[in-house]
Amino acid sequence: MNLYSAGKVAFRSLRANKMRSILTMLGMIIGVAAVIIMVAIGEGANQRISAQIASVGSNLLLVLPGSTTSGGLRSGFGGAPTLTMADARAIGKELSSVRAASPTMRSSGPVVYGNQNWSTILQGAAPEFLEMREWNVVSGRNFTAQETEAASKVCLLGQTVSDYLFGTEDPVGKIVRIKRSPFTVVGVLDRKGQSPQGQDQDDVVVLPITTMQKKLSGSARAGSVGVIMVQAVDSDRVKEAEGQVVELLRQRHRIGAGGTDDFSVRNLSEMLALAESSTRIMSLLLGGIASVSLLVGGIGIMNIMLVSVTERTREIGIRMAVGARERDILSQFLIEAVILALTGGAVGILLGAGGAVLTSQLAGWTTVISPAAVVLAFGFSAAVGVFFGFYPARKASRMDPIEALRYE
Amino acid sequence: MGVAAIEATGLVKTYRLGDVLVEALKGVDLSIRAGEFLAVMGPSGSGKSTLMNILGCLDRPTSGTYRLDGNEVGDLSRDGRAILRRSRIGFVFQGFNLLSRLSASENVELPMIYDGTPASARRERAEGALSSVGLADRAHHLPSQLSGGQQQRVAIARAIVNTPALILADEPTGNLDSVTSEEIMGIFQRLNDERGITLVLVTHEPDIARFAKRVIRFLDGRMVEDRPVADRHLPSTPRETAG
Repeated sequence: MNLYSAGKVAFRSLRANKMRSILTMLGMIIGVAAVIIMVAIGEGANQRISAQIASVGSNLLLVLPGSTTSGGLRSGFGGAPTLTMADARAIGKELSSVRAASPTMRSSGPVVYGNQNWSTILQGAAPEFLEMREWNVVSGRNFTAQETEAASKVCLLGQTVSDYLFGTEDPVGKIVRIKRSPFTVVGVLDRKGQSPQGQDQDDVVVLPITTMQKKLSGSARAGSVGVIMVQAVDSDRVKEAEGQVVELLRQRHRIGAGGTDDFSVRNLSEMLALAESSTRIMSLLLGGIASVSLLVGGIGIMNIMLVSVTERTREIGIRMAVGARERDILSQFLIEAVILALTGGAVGILLGAGGAVLTSQLAGWTTVISPAAVVLAFGFSAAVGVFFGFYPARKASRMDPIEALRYE
Repeated sequence: MGVAAIEATGLVKTYRLGDVLVEALKGVDLSIRAGEFLAVMGPSGSGKSTLMNILGCLDRPTSGTYRLDGNEVGDLSRDGRAILRRSRIGFVFQGFNLLSRLSASENVELPMIYDGTPASARRERAEGALSSVGLADRAHHLPSQLSGGQQQRVAIARAIVNTPALILADEPTGNLDSVTSEEIMGIFQRLNDERGITLVLVTHEPDIARFAKRVIRFLDGRMVEDRPVADRHLPSTPRETAG
């Protein structure tokens, strides 16, 4: 018997028991749809985390100032200005495992252009900062080392700031006022989206740190910096860079063997990798739970096929009497099971894809339906059909034709 | 075709029913020539059904040899016997045994589905077989839309569609009234006369056995009688008169 006739025979008997076939398929439909939705949600979460990691920049360390003891009071990290421009320069120049270092400073304030004003984050940094964060300038240029040296009043606008102050106008070359001082906009930054903490990374104005120290912050903190951002030469040497930075700073700050560090080093990639692995575990868990329902669907197919084989004992006997071989009977029932599973799988994929789209629209989650997941789900349905259909089909094919013909 | 179509010697069949061994056939020698029309008689439990199962290659004897058309059946695997059944043997049962979801012509096509006959040839041959049993106009009816006699004629069409050497009919008239029974037996006689198909017929009724040419009788697993039919019931319509 060829595959076409076998398929036709199988379709006919499935159609003869419509309600039963549909209910059996429902098990597969729910299982496959659940897997597709869960994998789509998990994949979406993964993709968002990966995008966030890329938006932060790779192989980064943050050196945070703080924790000085003054008069018995110990302030927390970031509480005291213990890091200096010289520290940043030393980290960038002296350490073999460090590719670049940029001192940074943050404050906030209103930025005014014409009759528009927008209160935003002011980010002071070295020219290397953009490259370290893998942040492109979409219009204009980055500020230069000379401009940093000279504390020039130049700035770069984040997309959000550019949108609010300039709308469709090109900001490059225009003068904006930051805390009442006029600054020339030299460039506009590429869009970065949300940070892992959910902040709008484009709501920012980047300017030379020296300018920020001298022109915007007053003289109290001249020479001191906020956070020093450090980039290791490659991902394998981030740990090494961390050690070298700690060692260098302890030396420079003259902290003895038993002394407490007046700074701390955070490994950004490590934190993000942790977030990534936890979403991965979650999506595996979701997929795993959904797979259980697929298993249940498979057992449903097996159950119905066993009933069907028993019901059709006489038919099996007749087919054997007129010359069906074992494999003819086996393939007939196996094909029925696979058709049930595949039809259920296909409907489940459509339903799951629809469910994923609905989830992303209603819950606002990113969902990603990867072709691999669809192919896998379809293949898995076929496998479920073969696996759970095999036992009933084999039972049918091994029947004794005499017994089968006598069956009432 | 004067050669032996069936050559069985020393057929023994034992079953195990729980702890008891049941000897259904106790050494049967049987030779049937091609073109014969044989009626097998005997009470229930005499071993005639067991013999039919063995002759039909549905079962294997516990000991003894069985040659069908020169093929030693005892050596064949399950699949080998299945292939032999669909190419050389036609079955007609008391309960018709048609597939209720298939139309008459699809039921007749069934043996050809398994030997890979192309669909168009299948349909043509099925229609030919149906018209030779007088059911050409019922080809697309479901079994439930046919009378018992018509259903049995569909079964006969299915049995002859692969031009078998042997047709085994197990009480084919058991569920039919006497008029229909005679019609069915007439068809068997015609197939035997016109096509030279060897026929083995199991029956309880002496009247039905009279359509055959030779009668054997079973009792307790042994063949106790083997004689030609003296007062043979000859075909009634002139066209079908045996020559």
